[in-house]
Amino acid sequence: MDAVCTFCGNVCDDVEFDVNTQKGKRFCALGLAKFREKERIKSPMVDGKEVSYEEAIEKAAEILVSSKKPLLYGWASTVNEAIRYGVILTEKVRGVYDQCASVCHAPGTLAVIEEGIPGGSLGAIKNRADVVIFWGSNPLEAHPRHPTRYSVMAKGFLIKDRKDRKVIVVDVRKTKSAKMADKFVQIKPGYDYAIISALRALVKGEDIEANEVGGVPKEELAELADIMKNAKYGVILYGLGVTQSRGRDRNIENAVKLIQLLNRYARWIIWPMRGHYNVVGAGEVPAWEVGYQYAIDFSRGYPRFSPAEFSAVEMLLRKDCDAMLVVSSDPAAHFPRRAVEHMKNIPVIQIDPFPNMTTLLSNVIIPSAVAGIEAEGWAYRMDGIPVRVKKLVDSPYWSDEKILKEMLRIVEEKLEG
Amino acid sequence: MLWIKNGIVIDPKNKIDGEKMDIFIKDGKIVDESEVNKDECRVIDANNKLVVAGGVEMHAHIAGSKINVGRTMRPEEMRIVRHTANKLRASIGRVLLTSPAIGYEYAKIGYTTAVEAASPPIGSPHTHEELDAIPIVDKAMLPVFGNWHFVFKYVAEKDREKLKAFIAWAIERTKGYGVKVVNPGGVEAWMYGGNVKNLEDEVPNWGVTPKEIITELVKSNEELDLPHSVHLHCNNLGNPGNYQTTIETMKLVSGLANEKRQTLHVTHVQFNAYAGSSWRDVASGAEEIAKVVNSMDNITIDMGQAIFGHATAMTGDAPFQFTLHKLTGSRWVNKDSEIEGGAGIVPIAYLPKNPVHALQWAIGLELGLLVDSDKVVLTTDYPNGGPFTEYPYVMAMLMSRKMREKELERVSPYVQKATSLPAIEVEKTLYDVIQMTRSLPARVMGMENKGHLGIGADADVAIYSINPDDVDPAAQYELINSEFRKPVYTIKGGEIVVKDGAVVAESWGRTFWVDARKKVSLDSIDEDLNSFFNSYYTIQRKNYGIQEEWLRNPVRVEVN
Ligand code: SF4
Ligand SMILES: [Zn+2]
Repeated sequence: MDAVCTFCGNVCDDVEFDVNTQKGKRFCALGLAKFREKERIKSPMVDGKEVSYEEAIEKAAEILVSSKKPLLYGWASTVNEAIRYGVILTEKVRGVYDQCASVCHAPGTLAVIEEGIPGGSLGAIKNRADVVIFWGSNPLEAHPRHPTRYSVMAKGFLIKDRKDRKVIVVDVRKTKSAKMADKFVQIKPGYDYAIISALRALVKGEDIEANEVGGVPKEELAELADIMKNAKYGVILYGLGVTQSRGRDRNIENAVKLIQLLNRYARWIIWPMRGHYNVVGAGEVPAWEVGYQYAIDFSRGYPRFSPAEFSAVEMLLRKDCDAMLVVSSDPAAHFPRRAVEHMKNIPVIQIDPFPNMTTLLSNVIIPSAVAGIEAEGWAYRMDGIPVRVKKLVDSPYWSDEKILKEMLRIVEEKLEG
Repeated sequence: MLWIKNGIVIDPKNKIDGEKMDIFIKDGKIVDESEVNKDECRVIDANNKLVVAGGVEMHAHIAGSKINVGRTMRPEEMRIVRHTANKLRASIGRVLLTSPAIGYEYAKIGYTTAVEAASPPIGSPHTHEELDAIPIVDKAMLPVFGNWHFVFKYVAEKDREKLKAFIAWAIERTKGYGVKVVNPGGVEAWMYGGNVKNLEDEVPNWGVTPKEIITELVKSNEELDLPHSVHLHCNNLGNPGNYQTTIETMKLVSGLANEKRQTLHVTHVQFNAYAGSSWRDVASGAEEIAKVVNSMDNITIDMGQAIFGHATAMTGDAPFQFTLHKLTGSRWVNKDSEIEGGAGIVPIAYLPKNPVHALQWAIGLELGLLVDSDKVVLTTDYPNGGPFTEYPYVMAMLMSRKMREKELERVSPYVQKATSLPAIEVEKTLYDVIQMTRSLPARVMGMENKGHLGIGADADVAIYSINPDDVDPAAQYELINSEFRKPVYTIKGGEIVVKDGAVVAESWGRTFWVDARKKVSLDSIDEDLNSFFNSYYTIQRKNYGIQEEWLRNPVRVEVN
């Protein structure tokens, strides 16, 4: 059956999956593993006891309504329809909405606030880009089909052949992706900012005094600046190597300035390699509903954005939330230990198809249908292009959308009542 | 059932100018008195009040990736709280509003229909998701065609039948309402760092010119007989001297006729009405443009009025946005979109003392005043020229020379020599501004049941505390400016949504889309679609676009 993969930010829409035989076509290993049957949360549960969906949702609504400041977190691995109910639910209970980006690509959002983002869609890269730079990103391991579908081997309007394109990998270690590149530039960890600054100077035609920057000899930097300046249409695809290394949002900001400058000589764009299949939707939906992408507090009845205050880890470290709803995410496995400590002390509600570390400390567990297999809806690919993920099979599990819609309904009833 | 009693009605479509009348509403429609049982009607006392159709916004950027990136880039825009959550949603935003805020704020000035004026076709599901999140108003959206490779191909091949088939296919797939064109050819040239300057410039790799693209799209649009004409954002936007390009463009359609509507709508003309050769000697070209528009019976325009204060430039005109970024040094978003076009976003603030900004402000007004009231629609090209919430200000300015004189005192003296605004004596009437905000935009869009109060019209009504019989808008401009901001009632589809200037109920409007598939042979382009999707797209053809049932409340408008 025609399917759309709901694992990584590529959201490949050319895959096929047969639910009966569990066989897939055109998937990468990561995507296929997600689609193949694996252990599921069997039933809704409240305090370790199996209950009906209705009872679990009722209990969850009760927790949300009676808490002073609930944190509603996750969202990157579900569809927009569910996220929208989640955002409205957060507003109703005057809680805090935060999503996975706050622990990965949020620095990119901060850079957008400072400098904007001169970007383009993946199709623009496929059709036009003759220079592709992966900076701190490792597509072969994180987005395995990115090179073939969009960026390296992909052929398009101006790019007829792999030879029409120069691929450069900039990273602190020689990754798998580095091996497919025409050029690998190894940099010292934490020197992204300095290197980008040096490139800005070189592109402008200025000299730099140092003989090497961040482990890269001046000649090599000059060569890179030259390639950039002489590109017809270039792209920097950056990853967590840039956002999570020293400098964080300043790195991206500086890279955007480099792109602004380059556009005075050639066409260049820059774009983040986003991880989960709908992490973009988890930011877009709240942006249109309430004005911001993440770290949004509603305790005053209107949305306020403050990353250092209202992002999930900070909230938990400050013990500033007294309940938590986790949707399609596993903070217990990824958050700092002290943050997880607080999760153990407050009621936690989980909505997820699969058991994970967070399940172990959740008081209310609500299993959901797997979007892309058992439920449909909109997801936004890493470049913001909408793709409708499909429902291939009926299942007894409720979709995230249905669960959250019902939870919102009951919450509204309780608030009015 | 509603009975609006004793109101003073202005309804330009039905040539009613200040008549004391009763209006009856049943099942979301305006009906004849005989259709209702008066005892069962809720009566609204409109004695001494102005009763008009709900406003029709025909060109604003209210949904989709552009405005949403704008919100993300500008948290400073989002710090104005308009409404705290209660039974309605919280709503925030200074000029860039959240989706709930957009619906509420339109209703709060008596508007009940709004058209998103530019959607990247591949991003149309996003546009619809946002439109679906806007409460109250009825909606539609226009996908952009002017830089789409399919269009270049069929124009180059001079194959109008295929171009028509493609338009019908694309509008159906995007659930769009008509053909939007932005800087035809120029955005493709931007993929190579360039732009097109005039109508004869060739588009790189395609050998077609803006002139050919516009002409072929207009002719195809007319042969398809779509409800709306081609909706054109001209080439050369934002550049001194561009008024000539605009006039040449308008002349491309001379000789074409359509008895129901214009054959070309040229949008936000203020941005395309500059004389001079550089920013040093830039001046207004509005008078010349107004002459041309008034002399042609198949052209309409909208103002694109600049409002002093904050705004955000966002258009599909990606090369212009880069120019603006260089000019202002401001933040810059660019989005090259597959083989369909591009877009850009740049924050901007219009300052009264800045000569160029004052000029833009003056040119918008010149167009509004000098062009006949049945040819110019009131817009700010939200959020490009400023917030739509300032429409009452523009209405008052058009009606009062005294108000203009007062405003002129606070703007750069540059407008005195570079525009004719100070000398313009025209004072539009209430009838004129109601036409420019209701009946005309509805006619321009081909929305027959909008913009008027005749039998069968949608029951979209605004009632204002303005008594046409004894108000003198030229003198009482302050009253005009304040009362149009707080309708006594806004009624949407027969439901009272605003009372005394406050939103009292959240309803959900419909989304109109046009289906012209019966008029073409889709088979004729099947192979081309397959080949383009296989070669150039990153989405499978079968996954492209949006199904009707995925929209919240769709209305299919079939063209036969
Ligand atoms: S690249 Fe990503 S979206 Fe594509 S099949 Fe692999 S995991 Fe799925
Ligand atoms: Zn516009």
